[in-house]
Amino acid sequence: MQTTRPVFLDLWRIKLPATGIVSILHRISGVLMVLAIPAAAVLFHQALSGPDGFAAAAGFLASWPVRLALLVLAWGLLHHLFAGVRYLLLDLGIGLERAAARQSAWTAIVAALAVLVVLAVNLGVTL
Amino acid sequence: MAWIIQRATAIYLGLFLGYLLIHFTLAPPADHAALRAWVTQPLVSAGLLLFLPVLLAHAWVGIRDVLIDYVHTLGARVALLTLFAFAFLASGLWALKAIIAAGLGA
Repeated sequence: MQTTRPVFLDLWRIKLPATGIVSILHRISGVLMVLAIPAAAVLFHQALSGPDGFAAAAGFLASWPVRLALLVLAWGLLHHLFAGVRYLLLDLGIGLERAAARQSAWTAIVAALAVLVVLAVNLGVTL
Repeated sequence: MAWIIQRATAIYLGLFLGYLLIHFTLAPPADHAALRAWVTQPLVSAGLLLFLPVLLAHAWVGIRDVLIDYVHTLGARVALLTLFAFAFLASGLWALKAIIAAGLGA
């Protein structure tokens, strides 16, 4: 493909800013949750089917590999939520300046991780 | 059109998932009876019934955007879009069946 657009591929000087990190994590977290939809529907149906089904679903969710997957999905949901609120605000024209946009990007990343820690500690206590 | 669907659904999803996160953190259902009692509350039932199509519309637009960006072979793109659409429909209807059955006392 012929192009006259400037190409900058100095890999030592290219750096993804926080806004770009939020963007790709928004995408990754969205895809992870999409992949979890069928399992979530099956587990919801099973847990509602009766006491035995509820016990089976709870038992499945309590195993360590599944709990790890749940932790990743919980992070995905929180990141998608905070980054999504940020995108809605940007759509409204709020925080479009570069400094503000980078600040809110870091806020979204950190807020998701902070709430994840609170959730994980809470679940660790109850389980 | 997809742009506005994604934002309109995002607002409902943000509010409802905020409620779900807080509810399940503070008061997770201990057994089947507790889960059923929660699901069959009229407001929760209505919220869940609206949540299913809204979530799947949001997921559909999102995965469509991703596939359009990364899958350039037309056949593979159409096949994947069809696969996700069918998986979403099956998941949504399966969850819907669970909500209806709980409401009917099954």
